[in-house]
Amino acid sequence: MTARIQAHALLRLAPGLTLGVFLAPIAAGLVGTILPAFGVLPALGGDGLSLAPWRRLSEAPGFATALTLTVATGWSATLLSMLVAIGMAAALHHRPSGRRLGAWIAPALAMPHSALAIGMAFLVLPSGWLVRALSPRLTGWSLPPDFSTVGHESGWPIVLALALKEVPYLVLMILGALNQVPAEAQLRAARALGYGPAQAWLAVVLPQVLAQVRLPAMAVLAFSLSVVDVAMILGPGNPPTLAVLVVRWLGDPDPRWLFPAAAASMLLLALVVASLAAWRVAEAALQATLARWAMRGARQPAIGHVANMAAGAGIALLALAAASMLSLALWSVATRWRWPDAWPEGFTAATWIRQAGTLAGPAATTLALGLAATLIALALVLACLEREAQARKGTPSRGLALLYLPLLVPQVAFLFGLQVLLVRLGLDGSFFAVLWTHLVFAVPYLFLSLADPWRGYDDRFTRSALSLGASRWRVFWRIKLPLLLPPVLVAAAVAFAVSAGLYLPTLLAGAGRVATLTTEAVTLSSGADRRVIGTWAMLQAAFPLAAYGAAVAGPALSRRIRRWR
Amino acid sequence: MAMSTLHLQQIAIAIGGRHLVRDLSAEIAPGDCLSVMGPSGCGKSSLLAFVSGTLGPAFAARGRVALGDRVLDAEPPERRRLGILFQDDLLFPHLSIGGNLAFALPAAIKGREARRQRIDAALRDAGLEGFSGRDPATLSGGQRARVALLRTLLAEPRALLLDEPFAKLDMALREEFRRLVFAHARTRGLPTILVTHDEADAHAAGGAVLRLDPGARR
Repeated sequence: MTARIQAHALLRLAPGLTLGVFLAPIAAGLVGTILPAFGVLPALGGDGLSLAPWRRLSEAPGFATALTLTVATGWSATLLSMLVAIGMAAALHHRPSGRRLGAWIAPALAMPHSALAIGMAFLVLPSGWLVRALSPRLTGWSLPPDFSTVGHESGWPIVLALALKEVPYLVLMILGALNQVPAEAQLRAARALGYGPAQAWLAVVLPQVLAQVRLPAMAVLAFSLSVVDVAMILGPGNPPTLAVLVVRWLGDPDPRWLFPAAAASMLLLALVVASLAAWRVAEAALQATLARWAMRGARQPAIGHVANMAAGAGIALLALAAASMLSLALWSVATRWRWPDAWPEGFTAATWIRQAGTLAGPAATTLALGLAATLIALALVLACLEREAQARKGTPSRGLALLYLPLLVPQVAFLFGLQVLLVRLGLDGSFFAVLWTHLVFAVPYLFLSLADPWRGYDDRFTRSALSLGASRWRVFWRIKLPLLLPPVLVAAAVAFAVSAGLYLPTLLAGAGRVATLTTEAVTLSSGADRRVIGTWAMLQAAFPLAAYGAAVAGPALSRRIRRWR
Repeated sequence: MAMSTLHLQQIAIAIGGRHLVRDLSAEIAPGDCLSVMGPSGCGKSSLLAFVSGTLGPAFAARGRVALGDRVLDAEPPERRRLGILFQDDLLFPHLSIGGNLAFALPAAIKGREARRQRIDAALRDAGLEGFSGRDPATLSGGQRARVALLRTLLAEPRALLLDEPFAKLDMALREEFRRLVFAHARTRGLPTILVTHDEADAHAAGGAVLRLDPGARR
């Protein structure tokens, strides 16, 4: 009995506890970044307010270019991903293939950004697979051509790699939002009024979906503006994007670079906040335009072709993502792969066997961090959701919206200050510190993916079980959790994938001493043998993919076994 | 403009080996109404979906639908020009009442002012003067039903398909709305198909009545 009362009391504490665990490091981290940005960092002799860090930042070579590059790549990636995702939904919603779309693209969500970026580099480099496949027959090149792709000063490879990852994410978010709108019936009504399927979707369904995908779209924008690993792998080196510049200065042996690094982090934060505000304004403008367009009454069958083209671009992006992963796999088992052969000369496990010893440690760390972060995040999120369900029937708690903060604040802006704090506490470089920062990101994604199914649970199951005399505790474990197991498993896989793919939080909180597959793969990507990089990036992608596969296959398999019995 | 007769020729619809409609033929002259009756699940809504071109791929269907000499079978739903009233009003919640009507009004009526006047006039005729700027959510069920009818008619359909549009209205409203719908259909000379399980609906429609027989097995 006492145990039960305690469990209930704990449940009541859950939302506050969860928010505390997350907001504390972010708040502390932001303070720890703002102070040195204005010259305050006593440990390094900064003990008075000054604008010197900002002067140093503005005078840094290539600063203006870095700023432009950051804005251009971040916004282009987000707009491109959004347009393609909307086009795919508009073009495919009424076709049978559209209904299976979700299942096809979900695995792309599990793929770590950095593995995808490395695979894309293998594909688009002048000596990469694409040119090999076409040379010398179609191109006439007998040597790798002399143009730059990876590292191109415009940053287009960053935009492309981000789109590979964000288009599937946004499509899934749009499909999820559709469940809340009677879209099918409204589309039938719009078609009876003379509108083609794509135009009907854009005029009638999109305006109702836009507000619901605002948060995911803003998360994509914030992430694209402040991404570090993808920009390091595919972006220009001199100057790089603002976020990469910060990381580079943080790693400089001269600690005085910490000051302009802090100023640059704050600038990035301001840039993201301004961009999010601009996104909100743009969304309102789009709504107004869509409404005016609908009221003109113009039936435009050509809209169908435009949507088809966007969907075609989306399918091309998915194919590119698949080819990127395949190129990683091929390199990791290639014996020799001379230019311009389209395929390796032969296949071997030698690289894997040679690397096994070095792979094992980081692989174990990745697994341990991922499992621990997932289990803790799952416990916290389930407690929050269950508390919400028991406290007030069906109304989402507002305070929990703060959980999404880590998705909107640029990682460098608070990780930087957090690192200073961890050093002060003597925790930097510890497994615990890294786990904590992983939780900051695992919890919001887990919450985002589990909240809707959890809130959609039909509470009559619980009430009827309670009326049969079962305790709340027992009803939770025997009725509610088993019924919601499929979305719980998928959400857990998402959290695991997030943890396994984190680069900057691992690097900064781990002080370079906690090596995961992701940190090693990104470090190696700048120079090592492609076969070696292939093994690291492949294994890095394999972990979250396996988790996702198990989450989807598990319930289906157990259902089949039950039926077979 | 003169309306044409709606022809249904030898329509058969089946799902999973169960025949819903067998060899149905009918001619509906302009202004006439064919009432299709039967209990739920007998296939009356599937018949309307077939005529409007939105029948799901799970169904096996054949037969011909034509308006005058224009055969509709190969046309996508949006080109058939068949106005449909559903059981739910399906007003688009993100557009105002005026916005919903403007969405239906053909683009051939150009200019913001001309379009506004046309919509205001339609609202006035329906006793909804001044409703143009209102949010659909603020209207009563009867008002919403009338707006849905206006919206369907403003798109200038060549025939009218009624999928139990009276079922969700309460008794008093139902009578009044029924009269309004059939009056419009008659004055405009729209051939109309009404699907219902309410005898009073079919009686009010005043035309031929066709009874679908439930669960006819192969």
